[in-house]
Amino acid sequence: MLFKPSKLSAVIEWGTLLLSTALVCFFLIVVIWEIVSKGAGQLSWDFISKVPSNGMTRGGILTPIIGTVMLTILTALFAIPFGVCCAIYLNEYAEDNWLTRTIRASIRNLSGVPSIIYGLFGLALFVQALQLGTSLLAAGLTLGLLSLPYIITTTEEALMRIPNSTREAALAVGATKFETIKDVVLPSAMPGILTGVVLTLSRAAGETAPILFTGAAFYINSSSGYLNQEFMALPYHLYMLSTQHQSIDEVRPIAYGTALVLIIVVFLMNLTAFYIRFKYRKNES
Amino acid sequence: MKYKARLSLDILFKIVFKGTGFLVLILLGGILAMLVYNSFSFFLDVKPLDFITGMEWSPASETPKYGMLPLVLSTTIVTFGAMLIAIPLGIGTAAYIAEYATPRVKNLLKPAIEMLAAVPSVVIGFLGIVIVSPGIANLADLSNGLNALNGAILLAVMALPTIITIAEDAIHAVPKTYKEASYAVGATKWQTLRKVIIPAAAPGIIAAVMLGVGRAIGETMTVLMATGNASILPTSMFDSVKTMTATIAIEMGEVPYQTTHYFALYAIATVLFLMTLAANMLGEYFINRFRKYHAV
Amino acid sequence: MKVKLSAEKLNISFGTKQVLKNIDIQFVENEITALIGPSGCGKSTLLRSFNRMHDLSPDAKITGTLKLEDLDLYARSVPVTEIRKRIGMVFQKANPFPKSIYENIAYGLRINNLPCDKSIVEKALREAFLWEEVKNDLKMPATRLSGGQQQRLCIARAVALRPEVILMDEPCSALDPVSTLKIEELIVYLKKKYTIIIVTHNMQQAQRIADKTVFLYLGEIKEEGSTRKIFDFPENEMTANYIHGQFG
Repeated sequence: MLFKPSKLSAVIEWGTLLLSTALVCFFLIVVIWEIVSKGAGQLSWDFISKVPSNGMTRGGILTPIIGTVMLTILTALFAIPFGVCCAIYLNEYAEDNWLTRTIRASIRNLSGVPSIIYGLFGLALFVQALQLGTSLLAAGLTLGLLSLPYIITTTEEALMRIPNSTREAALAVGATKFETIKDVVLPSAMPGILTGVVLTLSRAAGETAPILFTGAAFYINSSSGYLNQEFMALPYHLYMLSTQHQSIDEVRPIAYGTALVLIIVVFLMNLTAFYIRFKYRKNES
Repeated sequence: MKYKARLSLDILFKIVFKGTGFLVLILLGGILAMLVYNSFSFFLDVKPLDFITGMEWSPASETPKYGMLPLVLSTTIVTFGAMLIAIPLGIGTAAYIAEYATPRVKNLLKPAIEMLAAVPSVVIGFLGIVIVSPGIANLADLSNGLNALNGAILLAVMALPTIITIAEDAIHAVPKTYKEASYAVGATKWQTLRKVIIPAAAPGIIAAVMLGVGRAIGETMTVLMATGNASILPTSMFDSVKTMTATIAIEMGEVPYQTTHYFALYAIATVLFLMTLAANMLGEYFINRFRKYHAV
Repeated sequence: MKVKLSAEKLNISFGTKQVLKNIDIQFVENEITALIGPSGCGKSTLLRSFNRMHDLSPDAKITGTLKLEDLDLYARSVPVTEIRKRIGMVFQKANPFPKSIYENIAYGLRINNLPCDKSIVEKALREAFLWEEVKNDLKMPATRLSGGQQQRLCIARAVALRPEVILMDEPCSALDPVSTLKIEELIVYLKKKYTIIIVTHNMQQAQRIADKTVFLYLGEIKEEGSTRKIFDFPENEMTANYIHGQFG
């Protein structure tokens, strides 16, 4: 095969790649621009501190904000201890045999399972079998379950990066295995674990499909979230306002405002994760 | 602390870690059990063959029909469309980041792509309604743009970050010596990219595509909001479609507990689960193959 | 001459692979013994069997008797943490805890219920020839120290627990010549108080610091004796070949 380089074709080739990159960036800009430009006008203290009123055509979005915050806290309370303990078991205690490797591969594959299937599982297990009903608790547990594979995987990756020599150092001065994990391994792995946890929770906060049938409500009257009651959540609120509301055009501005608040929440959580990662890298070098 | 206390604490926590580990496994294994059990209940009422080859999905009609083909075809057509857009764009962007971008540009592009990945699917779906739909309606002269094309565009946006990140890793991991060898025989950058780097990174790129496909098949909110949800056999990209995920999302809220229709939705979920599992496992297989060759 | 540490009929295998065969060896108090031999001969395995580091590998099988004076190291009634307190270890690559310099010393004292205050930490650092260099930065993360300093900190960490034996697994292999000399000086100084066993690949190092030298090959002790004798008048042909750098 003969190569015939020419300047013009080099420019075209480079341009093609640049164009595809530019298009991808364009998508991101459109997403952000559309939401920010049309949602910013909505953003005010009243909007985030008042409950929806007049059939949700007036008022703010305090109820869905509280719902999303409560939901994320519940998710964290359930998924972090279980996920971290499971990862510690897999990485520090389980023998490296085919069973452990199978379990690890299964957990990785579970993070690719569509979120709506977690919703179905939450409906069958928490809402129906455990009789929690459609409630904040059931939805929080469902999102917790969805978050588990991510938290386990990222925690295990963080634990794997701790060299064995660090563990040996603690054992050699007479620490028990648990002391080694508690005093040396976990503190060293903490930045990695935290990054994974925050990213996972930001995903969970934006999820809609798993809470569709486990407790999210179109509208509730009281502003505070009770564990055993249905709740409003930002992503579900946006879905409702943009497809299910009886006067969609009238509530469109509120929908934009909700979308803006939602992406601000999610981006802030992502920024926190980046910050932890960045600080950790700087400390390491 | 006395040694005995330390020792019992050590043993106690070993049990705690092991216990939670197994509890988590049981819970996650429960997902599989639930799918199998409920699908089985469904197949007691409806013949598997009728389900798999049925051309009509109308569970609410007087003689309910549970044919999954329209749903599977809808999911397929939307995913296929999304990949037509996302694969060239994704690989092009990955190649640009890995091979052409200066470190400064790279440091801007990578966070930008992570940001795109972080946008919740419901927000993308919302933009499908307010931007893409009127756009399509205008261009194609339709009454509205809630159709397969809309879903494909949105899913492409959602799958792009996955494809770009993994494909970029793969291209980046190709050993420098390959490149140098190619330059040494007088190849241009582009020729090197096409004839040397991309083929060497191919398993990684295929993995990226498979994981992107997995993400697109399983995505619920965007397609639910942007594809119109008419459960007919789609014939073109401009038809309104009702994907498997959207079907579950819409109908699960309305069906009575443990009826044939209820079980039918779990059967759909099982098929969906198997499809995403296949895509993800293929992706994993290719990633491992790539790692074996290049020892990343 | 009192025997401090001994192994009798020691066999160690990992899975189906036997690493040590029928080892009989004794280490004398307040002496430095060097373990030498080509890579994979089992010298690290032997060293790590004394503070039971093989407890971590589930497929390790150990038979024979290992004793610290009269104490059976593998007896069921003996807590492994107690053994590791009495037999300290320094590793090939400096592995300070990702904590402050002070905490690196204090951690071992604290978990073992030993008294712990600044004077004790200072004493350990002084013994490791590190005090003068770090006395003003005790709160600094240990990972910011240089490689040689980190390794001396690891020695201080071991010394702080007042062990009877210190095991050293190629402690200088990752260091530059200047740091190496400093640590060798330290090791010689420490033998007044402790019994030291050191694994090394460096023949000059063994000659400079060790009282006794043991040559291992393929899991067996081929020759042992005073360092002078091993290096000047090796009896075994393989020993001679190895110390003259013909293989390894």
